[in-house]
Amino acid sequence: MDFQSCVKINREWDIVGARQIGREHAKKIGFGTVDQARIATAISELARNIYLYADTGKICFEIINEIDRKGLWILAVDNGPGIADISQVMEDGFSTSGGLGAGLPGVKRLMDQFDIISETGKGTEIRTVKWVRK
Amino acid sequence: MRIPILKLHNYLLISIQTDLDDKTAIQFQEDLLSKIHKSGATGVVIDLTSVDIIDSFIAKVLGDVVTMSDLMGAKVVLTGIQPAVAMTLIDLGIHLKDVQTALDLEQGLIKLRQELEE
Ligand SMILES: Nc1ncnc2c1ncn2[C@@H]1O[C@H](COP(=O)(O)OP(=O)(O)OP(=O)(O)O)[C@@H](O)[C@H]1O
Ligand SMILES: [Mg+2]
Repeated sequence: MDFQSCVKINREWDIVGARQIGREHAKKIGFGTVDQARIATAISELARNIYLYADTGKICFEIINEIDRKGLWILAVDNGPGIADISQVMEDGFSTSGGLGAGLPGVKRLMDQFDIISETGKGTEIRTVKWVRK
Repeated sequence: MRIPILKLHNYLLISIQTDLDDKTAIQFQEDLLSKIHKSGATGVVIDLTSVDIIDSFIAKVLGDVVTMSDLMGAKVVLTGIQPAVAMTLIDLGIHLKDVQTALDLEQGLIKLRQELEE
């Protein structure tokens, strides 16, 4: 693993900032344009969820450099209300804010690995990885 | 940030040139509806050639714009959706089923004219 950098999510504009930084990382690592768009979209979803449901939090990036593969690891962390029923929020169309409910199930499909760790009253951590296709 | 809306005969033309944040997207929705109302435009082309990301929020705003414009009597065509954006929309499970699309602005105008003459 090379480095870790984080972007704070405090204001609505930080959603745009986070996805732009994420795309730059993705480009540097060698992702193609479609995967760059997938990564930027996933970050946008995660950052917006932080902004909407937890108020503040951060998105962190880490480049994974293994002998046989490279990838981008994205971590979304907040100290918001947490998610009580994870299988429910992973359903397409489930939303408590009148949204499309496409965000979390979408991120899972946009990325290669996806995990949610959440405790009600404490916060949520979403870890996701995209691998560079050879 | 405000997205400029141009009027050409009975049509409104919009080319989105910025990375859309939520506020700009909502402002655009309001501006477009009031412009349709004021101008009596019957067709709208929204060109997305320069847009390199559409997430679920922006997709919802665009979908709502199409539905609301339709209610107000203006047909909307979305043009220039990048291949990468089309693919991420599918991953998000967003199909924009009832939305008219065309390759570019010119094709969009042709499509509108055909639709409106029918
Ligand atoms: N970080 C979070 N903290 C607490 N609850 C969350 C968090 N992220 C998501 N949720 C909950 O999970 C639900 C589903 O999230 P998801 O992103 O899939 O859809 P949405 O945000 O409601 O709509 P969309 O993302 O399509 O605009 C949300 O409505 C919210 O209740
Ligand atoms: Mg969401």
